[in-house]
Amino acid sequence: MDGLTQSHTGRSGFPPAYLDRVGSSFTDFLGVTAPDLLPGRRPVPQIPVGDLTPHGTTIVAVTYHGGVLMGGDRRATMGNLISSRDIEKVYPADSWSVIGIAGAAGIAIEMVKLYQVELEHYEKIEGLTLSLDGKANRLAQMIRGNLGAALQGLAVVPLFAGYDLDAAPGTTPGRIFSYDVTGGNYEERGYSAVGSGSLFARNSLKKTWRPGLDGDAATRSLVEALYDAADDDSATGGPDPVRRLYPIVYRVDAEGAVRLTDDEVSAVAGAITEERAAAEGQG
Amino acid sequence: MTMPYYASPEQLMRDRSEYARKGISRGRSVAVLTYADGVLFIAENPSSTLHKVGEIYDRIGFAAVGRYSEFESLRVAGVRLADVRGYSYNRRDVTGRVIANAYAQTLGEIFTQQTKPFEVELCVAEVGETSEADQLYRLTFDGSVVDEPDFIVMGGQADAVTAHLRENFRAGLDLRDALMVGVRALSASSPAMSGNGGDGGLLPAGQLEVAVLDRRRPKRAFRRVVGAALGSLLGDRSAGDGAAEGATHAHTPSAPQPGTPAGLGDPAAPDTAGGTAGSGEGSGPQTGPADGVGGGTDGGADGATSS
Repeated sequence: MDGLTQSHTGRSGFPPAYLDRVGSSFTDFLGVTAPDLLPGRRPVPQIPVGDLTPHGTTIVAVTYHGGVLMGGDRRATMGNLISSRDIEKVYPADSWSVIGIAGAAGIAIEMVKLYQVELEHYEKIEGLTLSLDGKANRLAQMIRGNLGAALQGLAVVPLFAGYDLDAAPGTTPGRIFSYDVTGGNYEERGYSAVGSGSLFARNSLKKTWRPGLDGDAATRSLVEALYDAADDDSATGGPDPVRRLYPIVYRVDAEGAVRLTDDEVSAVAGAITEERAAAEGQG
Repeated sequence: MTMPYYASPEQLMRDRSEYARKGISRGRSVAVLTYADGVLFIAENPSSTLHKVGEIYDRIGFAAVGRYSEFESLRVAGVRLADVRGYSYNRRDVTGRVIANAYAQTLGEIFTQQTKPFEVELCVAEVGETSEADQLYRLTFDGSVVDEPDFIVMGGQADAVTAHLRENFRAGLDLRDALMVGVRALSASSPAMSGNGGDGGLLPAGQLEVAVLDRRRPKRAFRRVVGAALGSLLGDRSAGDGAAEGATHAHTPSAPQPGTPAGLGDPAAPDTAGGTAGSGEGSGPQTGPADGVGGGTDGGADGATSS
């Protein structure tokens, strides 16, 4: 706290570290000037606390010919309870990439916030945007710092996707990266999912996704995967027409990252629900 | 080590001021003007990578003259302070006044305590919701800070440019007019222009670094105006410069190009590529990717052409 009151108010001018012209990483800078603000630098709880904190669940990402889509359901659970019905688990990381998180919600949201500042900070200081691989790697390092907490039930597993501005012609510009709790970073081909419902979501995508889908078909494929995950996983929430809560879906294409409106997503979710209902009726 | 001769404090300060002033007056000028939609930065700067103008935070921009290495490290410090504050409090809690204060303290300390003062003059500009809320702070090498209305001129020919602007500047100009007023003022007293006997000639786009803080942009208001967008803004009025034919559409500050790294949100208020749906003006497809309207950076504009 001393750090905050003294050096961040700017009242006494810049401390020497601020004027030191090395490094363009916000995380590294915080590590020097205010380590208490970093999620990875805190004491790790001695007992498992996984059931005491809200956990976010299923995130799905799919590529299509013009870019990549990422969506997440709206449920957070705490043990056997639903702790939130309208949590948002997919965020834009910067204009060209999105990040979705599964795992301990508090740490995950803090990490997303830090990651967003990290990318923006680099951009402002260097005058350049990081490459997509650079962004993915940076995120891996943040996850790595959380390993101790992960072993006590506070794991954070993100899914990262972005539009690669440097993609070679002929290759798909939309790319997906998945992570494990140790910070392992794997590029995925085509689609991926993380979180408790990811097994079912992936199985669903296996049937509905194929290379070169257009945007609408990919959106449908993604929402359907979330529907299937919610069908079989109690920690994943399905579309909720009563409260008008639908999955959050981001699209990243040549124009940047855009959140699909609730109307768009509810139309897709509605169509899927109707088809399923009709299929049940015939059976 | 030999003992230096005695010098009175007055003499010391005077010498340092003179030293700093000399350093600053060698540089080219920078003008910061308010206009209807925000704040306009115009720097006479032939380099396209060593910037004199930069982004500090969502609503805050920075301009400097003097020694590059010195103001660059101050700019980085400002970005760090803003980001740390925004991260530990909230993005709204980062104000131009805080940044300006930190600069003032630092410059004052360096001026009084170190042998060599920083040879820099800075402007911290903050764009508000309305033009009344716009703030321009001028910071000089000795750490004094002044809040000035309308415009600030810094650098070698500051007096001449200021005099020119006093005659021609009016509050509430649109971007094109404000840019013309600013570029005319800089050109009239630029040694580069008087060198080739220019009377009434304007600095070419390649000699200018232009950026705006546009209050209509969501989140990150800072945007560089480069390439064809700058050419067309300048071109229409500078007679005989037909380079901008066909690119005469109005500037599109609120419709960033592909490649514009626009604002980021905090998780609570996710912001996307930064396009405002409401800004009808010029947000159509007529602005091609080659337009080169970079957002926070130059790098983004390059990416757009590859897509």
